[in-house]
Amino acid sequence: MRPKQRNRLILAIVIVLFVAVSAALALTALNKNINLFYSPTMIVHGEAPHDRVIRAGGMVSEGSVQRDPDSLQITFKLNDKVNEITVKYTGILPDLFREGQGIIVQGKLAPDGTIMATEVLAKHDENYMPPEVEHALETAKQMGVANTKKD
Amino acid sequence: MLPEIGNFALILAMTIALAQGVVPMIGAARNIPGWIAFARPAAWTQFVLLVISFGILTHAFVSNDFSVAYVANNSNSALPLMYRISAVWGGHEGSLLLWVLLMGGWSATVGLFSKRLPPEMVARVLAVMGLVAVGFTAFVVFTSNPFERYYPAPMDGRDLNPLLQDIGLIMHPPMLYMGYVGFSVAFAFAIAALLGGRLDAAWARWSRPWTIVAWVFLTLGIALGSWWAYYELGWGGWWFWDPVENASFLPWLTGTALMHSLAVSEKRSTFKSWTVLLAIFAFSLCLLGTFLVRSGVLTSVHAFASDPTRGVFVLLLLGIVVGASLAIYAWRAPQVKSAGNFALLSRETFLLGNNVLLVVATATILLGTLYPLILDALELGKISVGPPYFNAVFVPLMIPLIVILGIGPLSRWKQDEFPRLARMLRSAFLVSIVLGVVIPWLLFGKVELMVVIATAISVWLVYAVLLDVAHRCRHKSSFWKGLTSRPRGFYGMSIAHLGVAVTVIGIAFSSYYSLEKDLRMVPGDQLEVGGYLFHFDGVRESHGPNYTATEGVITVTRNGKPVTTLHTQKRTYTVQQMPMTEAGIDAGLFRDLYVAMGEPLGDGGWAIRIYYKPFIRWIWLGGLFMAFGGILAASDRRYRLMAKRTAPSGADARLAAQES
Repeated sequence: MRPKQRNRLILAIVIVLFVAVSAALALTALNKNINLFYSPTMIVHGEAPHDRVIRAGGMVSEGSVQRDPDSLQITFKLNDKVNEITVKYTGILPDLFREGQGIIVQGKLAPDGTIMATEVLAKHDENYMPPEVEHALETAKQMGVANTKKD
Repeated sequence: MLPEIGNFALILAMTIALAQGVVPMIGAARNIPGWIAFARPAAWTQFVLLVISFGILTHAFVSNDFSVAYVANNSNSALPLMYRISAVWGGHEGSLLLWVLLMGGWSATVGLFSKRLPPEMVARVLAVMGLVAVGFTAFVVFTSNPFERYYPAPMDGRDLNPLLQDIGLIMHPPMLYMGYVGFSVAFAFAIAALLGGRLDAAWARWSRPWTIVAWVFLTLGIALGSWWAYYELGWGGWWFWDPVENASFLPWLTGTALMHSLAVSEKRSTFKSWTVLLAIFAFSLCLLGTFLVRSGVLTSVHAFASDPTRGVFVLLLLGIVVGASLAIYAWRAPQVKSAGNFALLSRETFLLGNNVLLVVATATILLGTLYPLILDALELGKISVGPPYFNAVFVPLMIPLIVILGIGPLSRWKQDEFPRLARMLRSAFLVSIVLGVVIPWLLFGKVELMVVIATAISVWLVYAVLLDVAHRCRHKSSFWKGLTSRPRGFYGMSIAHLGVAVTVIGIAFSSYYSLEKDLRMVPGDQLEVGGYLFHFDGVRESHGPNYTATEGVITVTRNGKPVTTLHTQKRTYTVQQMPMTEAGIDAGLFRDLYVAMGEPLGDGGWAIRIYYKPFIRWIWLGGLFMAFGGILAASDRRYRLMAKRTAPSGADARLAAQES
């Protein structure tokens, strides 16, 4: 083997190994950091895991927002027009957070079914509905219709 | 009447772009001088028509012509003039018109500054750019026409999204688009060189300044976007790994790889096929970015309005560009012979390492960005990939990149000896380890592993750059003479590399040593953060041209001495009834004080954010260094003089290619 070929081969092997290791690490990291989205109905039915960070979305229920008078703690309910879940959050809410608005929260599910949110996301547009929330609303509506038919 | 003329000019520009894409291409293939010569005037005419079209749309905004639907949707008579002008690219249709205009601008500039290039090369380059322009102009004309009318015209417009009413966002899209579109030049050069069969050192040298300029614009665009997010979104974040940010960052990473690989192609006539592939990738990622932002496939702050037909159109365009260019690559690249031969320890290897790391970083970010979209498209569930993923994959790739960034410029082409490099860098190694611990300790009194690594590699990089400068000036009669005799390209590179160190320091210090407090405050309350005492004076009403606001006033003192008074606002924009937070920031080279108002909490209490952010400005300062370095490098006189040497050096390279 000529030195030129040998050098090329060494470089190629190093690069392939490096890319393979990076790919493996990237996929592991990806697997750990995927946040699945659950609708209130799915959470009420116990489909959401309790041991990892999840996303949930829905409309902020009218009249459900309660503030702690001395801190930034806030409790509110999220609904998909069929089921409702409770969310607890400490911090400053985004500008567009308001009752009736479609929002997404990220956090862990407590044993009692309350979401302990670490992040509240409301998009910067009045008429904007997060696609996840829209989808959740539609699914819940269809399921609701199906349930009524059964009755 | 005027908007119809604007529309007509746009359609005319599209047909001329088509001619520009076809006629010179055939001319170059069949060697018909008249057809080859058609390229330049076509590019210029196309650009003039686009300027007319864009000018008319701007006029419609300035004169509040709400009979034009796009104006009515994105402007208002109460909007200040400056924002009425920037509103031209504040929405989907107009921003695409800007895209097309800038594309025309780049084509016209290539036509202007390519006087000494072989005519058939210019013809091919402009033809490729013309074809890309046809695609995008058609996109504007058929799916996103900004000149459509409203009948009857509304009395007033729906106003520009308040988030966009800001100086940062006036500048951000044009800069970013200049970068996106600028990579079409590198792409066109690569395709033209493939088609013409002259992938030689001369081709690399022609491409380099264009690629660097595009990269400079992209760098500035990204830095502006990050700076804007920091002060405008109201919570002090400067990078979110949001798909739209990634969309601009992906071509930047690939473009950075391309710049470096072009250097190898020029100097050593090797890596050529790879360079071409990178040029194709970089531009494809620019198109992908446009697709992500403009199709509305993203759940993101940027995806304001969306329409699926548009997404399909851009996706089709992307498919054609990628497919066609890879097909040309597959067809022509096997004929490209790399001339250079290099040892394992050589500058080529370090640049190869740079390329591998940057491309792998691009791939991992691309994976995290597209994965949720692909799952969603396949109806496998809705997921999101959070910032922890991106940090976990990106940071470990950047650390070795910066380490070899220090060594690369010091190493020799073709072959180097380990003892020589080790001798040069021994002291740099020791100094960077020591300072990596000492600097954070002295400044902040506590040491974090990641900060030590970041500081150490930054010191390493700065030391290596200074060593390089000193080393190269050594042989001159006097040091000063040595300094002034180095070409601009060298200083450009050194300054850009220093910029990397500055940005890394900014990211590390602001991420690990920021102090952030969110709390409830009533007027009279005070809080100490980072040695500064923040006193909440109270709120007052305030109003602007198109909004009303509640303004919080916070006085900051340090050791009893006044530092500044910060004003933060909670604005409500009258037309859209949209709330917005304006942060109050006292900017400094070594620290920012940042306050923002949350919501009223009753009993006169307000939710208030108080942040102390050390070194955060360095993040963008480093970007400015990189951009300035790029400008210096692109203005190197050898690119201006190259024309005289072009023919012989091109021939030399081809000879060299045949010999090996």
